[in-house]
Amino acid sequence: MSLTSTGAANPFGALSANGTESVQRFSRSPKPDPGDLGGELLEVSMGPHHPSTHGVFRMDVVLDGETVVKLKPVFGYLHRNHEKIAENTSYLGSMPYTDRLDYLCSMTNNWAYALSVEKLAGLQVPERAQYIRVITAELTRLLNHTCLIGFLLQDMGALGTPMMYAFREREKILDLFESLSGARMMCNYMRFGGCRCELPKHWLEQARQVVEDFPHFLDEFEALLTGNEILLARSQGVGVLPKDLAINASITGPMLRAAGVGYDIRKVDNYGIYERFEFRVPIGAHGDVFDRYMVRVLEMRESLGILRKALTDIPEGPIMDPKSKLRGFKPKAGEAYGRIEGPKGELGFYLISDGSANPFRYRVRPPSLINLTVLEDMCLGHNVADVVIILGSVDIVLGEVDR
Amino acid sequence: MLGTGLIQGLMETAKNFVGSYHDEARLVTVQYPEEKIPAKENSRNFPFLVYDGEDPQAGLRCVACQICEKECPPKCIYIVKSKDKKPDYTGKAQLYPATFDIDVSVCMSCQICVEVCPFDAIKMDQVFELSTSDRFATLLLKKTTLAKPNAYFHQIHPTDAAEIDGRLAEEKRKAEEKAKAAAAAKAAAAAAATTGTDPKAPPVGGAAKSPTN
Repeated sequence: MSLTSTGAANPFGALSANGTESVQRFSRSPKPDPGDLGGELLEVSMGPHHPSTHGVFRMDVVLDGETVVKLKPVFGYLHRNHEKIAENTSYLGSMPYTDRLDYLCSMTNNWAYALSVEKLAGLQVPERAQYIRVITAELTRLLNHTCLIGFLLQDMGALGTPMMYAFREREKILDLFESLSGARMMCNYMRFGGCRCELPKHWLEQARQVVEDFPHFLDEFEALLTGNEILLARSQGVGVLPKDLAINASITGPMLRAAGVGYDIRKVDNYGIYERFEFRVPIGAHGDVFDRYMVRVLEMRESLGILRKALTDIPEGPIMDPKSKLRGFKPKAGEAYGRIEGPKGELGFYLISDGSANPFRYRVRPPSLINLTVLEDMCLGHNVADVVIILGSVDIVLGEVDR
Repeated sequence: MLGTGLIQGLMETAKNFVGSYHDEARLVTVQYPEEKIPAKENSRNFPFLVYDGEDPQAGLRCVACQICEKECPPKCIYIVKSKDKKPDYTGKAQLYPATFDIDVSVCMSCQICVEVCPFDAIKMDQVFELSTSDRFATLLLKKTTLAKPNAYFHQIHPTDAAEIDGRLAEEKRKAEEKAKAAAAAKAAAAAAATTGTDPKAPPVGGAAKSPTN
């Protein structure tokens, strides 16, 4: 395989960090056709206990030499009946279970679920609680994307360093979550009509400090990674997801935006108070693994802008709708779908109420699972080593895929 | 030039490596069993039962209303009501839990039991070094191990505990006043009954009648 640097202009030119105006583009020469060697196809089962599959996930890969000719994702090893458990418990009772869907982003999961129940019950969220929700959701986006980039680099063979740097920063955000909600990951913080408890003393200052320090880390992280020729050569042109396929397969989140579609639910749905914040939606040009990496880095920079504004503008006031109640919560019969732009894509909860204390139907629209459906289309024709990084760039958490 | 990005990245790791010897921001590792990060005030792990006073069983605030048992999402709480009653902090006779078990191998530390408890009887603990070699006996916490004094609650969640103590003291004062007022009224009624003029009796005569009749 030969590498040639084409030096095409970076699609994110103006947004790019460190003043780098363009990122080198590498292109791979097409694989030489070895002719008919009389070999057989080989079926390999990757996973479920493979360290690169991000959990208990299995891929049935059919290989011709080292080239993937067929790939079937197999999941369900972590299935724990989330939806049926929720239909058999009270509305409040499934809030802690939503933490465990995508266990990296419990705050956004809480918000999506609270949003759909609020739609169902007609609750109004007070101003301060809205700001707290935006702050926690954007912090979650930061921690999800840093972790994901760490994992992706781990998949590329950069064992340790990028992930350790990512986890060092993640810990600061988790500390904020712990002092706010009591738990680092299983926050269980939001309630229908607001948030569970008031911000602790000095929390806002601590959050401001974290937000202020984060760009330094991002610059450092990008200096470590973005210009790295190995990363560029491994990720550019690999796992290309065409724009129309992305739309047809209802892909959402950074994957869709990397494919060149400017669709962000924060912009199109204006849930919460996102219309008050100015932020740009980074869009990729090639739809490959590198664009997915870059879109996430740039999204983090935009999130920091939202955070800075939210942390200065946050008003005093109540954090719960007085109409909301913890016990004996029975929304009137009806249905509601609440969706948010989670770090991984559109996270939605669809609820049908029959007027009793339990939802009649409870359905999660998990971004991880739906983004995984195009895995085969992205992997065909690539090598096994590329399959690993393509899967890494999809950003899945098996807790959410299997539910 | 090919390779500059690689060298730039290596310089970054070198900076971090050197910094990890003297730069405060890069010295992040905590040597766990020797060093421990102090728990944050809001941190939570498993529930415990608060008691007032000296006796862990007589002072339990829990009145065995079983709301937490019902609301617990993974159903890890098991309560049996007592047959007799004991006085609570306001002096009112209340039931108490004859059995109160929490299976911490099932508990998911969600804090919903704390939120729904109307008596501030169950709170979240911060102990975390609970590993045992026995799956069953030691992880099923009984009433005796769950009961912890209010002073301990003050120690781990000072803000919460102070607020709750204030509220309970206020309720106690109101209950005492009410009891005093009731006693006074009773005494007055008794006094009135002996003298023959009942203060609560309607006035005698046609004054009570409406003039339109």
